[in-house]
Amino acid sequence: MSDITSLYRALAERVREGDGTASVTLRRSAFTNAGLEEPSRTLVDKVARDVHEVIDADIAAVRAAGLSEDQIFELIVCAAVGQATRQYENAIAALDAATNGS
Amino acid sequence: MRLSILDRGHDIRTKALFLIMRLVSRHQVVDAVKLAFYRPDFAGTGRLTQEAMRGQSDWSVADRELMAAFISKVNNTEFCVIAHSATAGMAYKDDAKVTATLADLDTAPIEEPLRAVLRILGKLTLENGLDADDIRPALVAGASYQQIKDALAVSFAFNLTDRLAEAFGFAVDDPAAIRAGAKYLLSRGYG
Repeated sequence: MSDITSLYRALAERVREGDGTASVTLRRSAFTNAGLEEPSRTLVDKVARDVHEVIDADIAAVRAAGLSEDQIFELIVCAAVGQATRQYENAIAALDAATNGS
Repeated sequence: MRLSILDRGHDIRTKALFLIMRLVSRHQVVDAVKLAFYRPDFAGTGRLTQEAMRGQSDWSVADRELMAAFISKVNNTEFCVIAHSATAGMAYKDDAKVTATLADLDTAPIEEPLRAVLRILGKLTLENGLDADDIRPALVAGASYQQIKDALAVSFAFNLTDRLAEAFGFAVDDPAAIRAGAKYLLSRGYG
């Protein structure tokens, strides 16, 4: 049967801890959607919780704050992977609770 | 797209590949492909999505493409709704089934285990979490533990992809490019 466990964990590890242009601290914060300062906080929170609210001005604000396009790219990827990871792990826990894990 | 690096920041080999793709397909390279080829060592999700969508499963490829379209509809991500509705319709050889499912899950002409699992995916996508009581109706409807787990893998892939598509501002392709993309996904997959 298909199993994404090792693949999603490797993806999460890579975007948080692997080589990147944004600092590991910044990428970890984007992944967990916690501990960021403005304007990155607004952009990351929108990506995680209501991505339709992202507007051009959110990107422009983080660019004006000094982040490069690659750093913005990494923040958005970390925010999206982080939210997908939290959803998935929560749902697997619910599935295991409903079935005793089998 | 909102970041110019996703349109023009690829390395020279990838730019050459995109040129060949444009010449062969006679379509512009779609934004999803531009993203997939941008720094894949950092952000690549191809293997994960391939495993979720084409790995061994009791769900058919058509069922999983329908799940992708349904999740994307709940996320209101137009690019992915259109692309994966087309792929699911082609895989089922039944566009009406896909259209009916996205229009009204309660009355859609699909099997009960699939309907119940789509309800789980819809709630997870909207509310970001589930509890055991949300899972049990799907078990009663006949979905197995592994089928639900496989569906949650599709959910991971598309709750991620939808967020990237919206945040980066994917353009919606013309119908001919969408059909070509659906054929490609069915013949070649995501990896």
